Amino acid sequence: MASFVLRRLLQLFITLVGISIISWIIIMQAPGSPIALTIDPKVSPKIVEQMMKNYDLDKPIYQQYYLWLKKLFTGKLYSFKDGRPVMDKIGERIWNTLLLNLVATIIIFSLAIPLGVFSAKRQYSFLDNLGTLGAYLGISAPSFWLAYLLILGTVLLFGYPVLGMRSFVTEDFTTFEIVMDRIWHLMLPSIILAIGGLAGLSRYTRSSMLEVVRQDYIRTAKAKGLPEEAVYYKHALRNALLPIITIFGFLIPELIGGSIIMESVFAWPGIGRLSYQAVLSRDYPVVMTVLTISAVLTLIGNFIADILYGIADPRIRYQ
Amino acid sequence: MAVGGLALIMTMFLIAAFASFLSPYAPGKTEVSLKLKPPSLQHYLGTDQLGRDVFSRMLWGSRISLSVGFVAVTISILIGILIGALAGYYGGWVDTFLMRFVDTMLCFPSFFLILTVVALLGPSIFNIMVVIGITSWMGTSRFVRAEFLSLRERDFTQAARALGVKDFRIIFRHILPNALAPVFVTATLSVASAILIEAGLSFLGFGVQPPAPSWGNILTEGRTYIFDAWWLTVFPGLAILITVLSFNLLGEGLRDALDPRLRGRR
Repeated sequence: MASFVLRRLLQLFITLVGISIISWIIIMQAPGSPIALTIDPKVSPKIVEQMMKNYDLDKPIYQQYYLWLKKLFTGKLYSFKDGRPVMDKIGERIWNTLLLNLVATIIIFSLAIPLGVFSAKRQYSFLDNLGTLGAYLGISAPSFWLAYLLILGTVLLFGYPVLGMRSFVTEDFTTFEIVMDRIWHLMLPSIILAIGGLAGLSRYTRSSMLEVVRQDYIRTAKAKGLPEEAVYYKHALRNALLPIITIFGFLIPELIGGSIIMESVFAWPGIGRLSYQAVLSRDYPVVMTVLTISAVLTLIGNFIADILYGIADPRIRYQ
Repeated sequence: MAVGGLALIMTMFLIAAFASFLSPYAPGKTEVSLKLKPPSLQHYLGTDQLGRDVFSRMLWGSRISLSVGFVAVTISILIGILIGALAGYYGGWVDTFLMRFVDTMLCFPSFFLILTVVALLGPSIFNIMVVIGITSWMGTSRFVRAEFLSLRERDFTQAARALGVKDFRIIFRHILPNALAPVFVTATLSVASAILIEAGLSFLGFGVQPPAPSWGNILTEGRTYIFDAWWLTVFPGLAILITVLSFNLLGEGLRDALDPRLRGRR
């Protein structure tokens, strides 16, 4: 186990270097360098030179990469737009995004697994087919479209604002109303953010369950007279859930990608919206940092999933 | 289900191919006096803020959505096959290097990566296809690699090698045709996700640029009028939903048909 962790750590490090190189190539070396885009041709060559210097573009390529990496990790990258450190800008918004994603993740896992188990138990029943249809629709519908339909529906039904993290006028609200207001504003974007993952994961749980219940040890459990419930929820479910651990790591990039759209639809002040605004105003240091951070988060998520998998499944012997 | 999906896809193709015959109005024809009219017999799906016929625009939009889907997937499949084949056939450090590269690419949130690169290069239909293509080949390459790992040990490969057939020919003539089954499945499912990605990009303003009609940008232009003109939001969204759904159904059907035990992660 220890040598496995060590080897994975080494791989982790190599992938990390890979991530940084790819991010750097995309932003700094892509056609149209950041400088060319921020200035217009009327600016004097002197200022261009100054900017080149500021972004180390006058140095040889290997030094550029090293200096960029150093700035990234020492928090010395500054936004093109307002000159503030990128880390500060991200730091003040990341919690909003994490909150949104946390709620979405809870929705996904707390609904998808029971749904999947239920469908597997009654394979090809009416409800199972309905679930299959729902899952296909959930995977196939553009999330922002669903969001607009939901906004249209809720506003027409309840006449209550849904955008932002809270309502504009909250002075005459009681504490309870403020809390409810916040929860209301949190729920809609989280639900839409969760739909894709919910559909996918419930299908995955279903097929994983169906595969497990055909195994010999399940037949043994049934043959020795265990009650149906015990066979399903104790013997089958535990084994069926194993592959789902690996899904967890892959959920992170999906959710981050989804956050960009959801935060734009719901005017949610998180890093998804920050990075979209940064893309719009060509604020590369911000785009860059968010891209790198999310890749690193995914990497860590996958690493944790790997280790957990090893702990959860004693059949896996790491060599 | 899969057959239904295929039938819908064929219908979409015919619609896209004959858009110019089927559409009652020119997609760009504006008639300001008729702006934001609800669906009627003259305008089946209503008109937009410039008085353009939504039905005609959606017919023409099907061309853009479908071609983005197909071209992007063709690019990604070609890259995926090449990288998967090289990694699986040669093994050793080539495999290690390429698979580390795949792992690295998989760490990036693909939608954000695509958005960034499209914004850098400028949103044109060509750039969108290429960028989606070069950021979504990783799944294919993993499948192809897995197939190659087992196929390269088979007798027919050994025989070819013993006869002195060149590596290039073994890879593309002897092994590849046997490894294509999972590629078709991934390709079908990828068309669905490419269409969704184009819609998402359009929504953020980096899709196919107006006035060219794509489902994504009709939907996006319509959201300003969501409370006055629901048809601008509902119909293009439905078109995307149905098309993506058909590709997903066909893909899953193919997967079941080719190998009931093959359950890949997307």
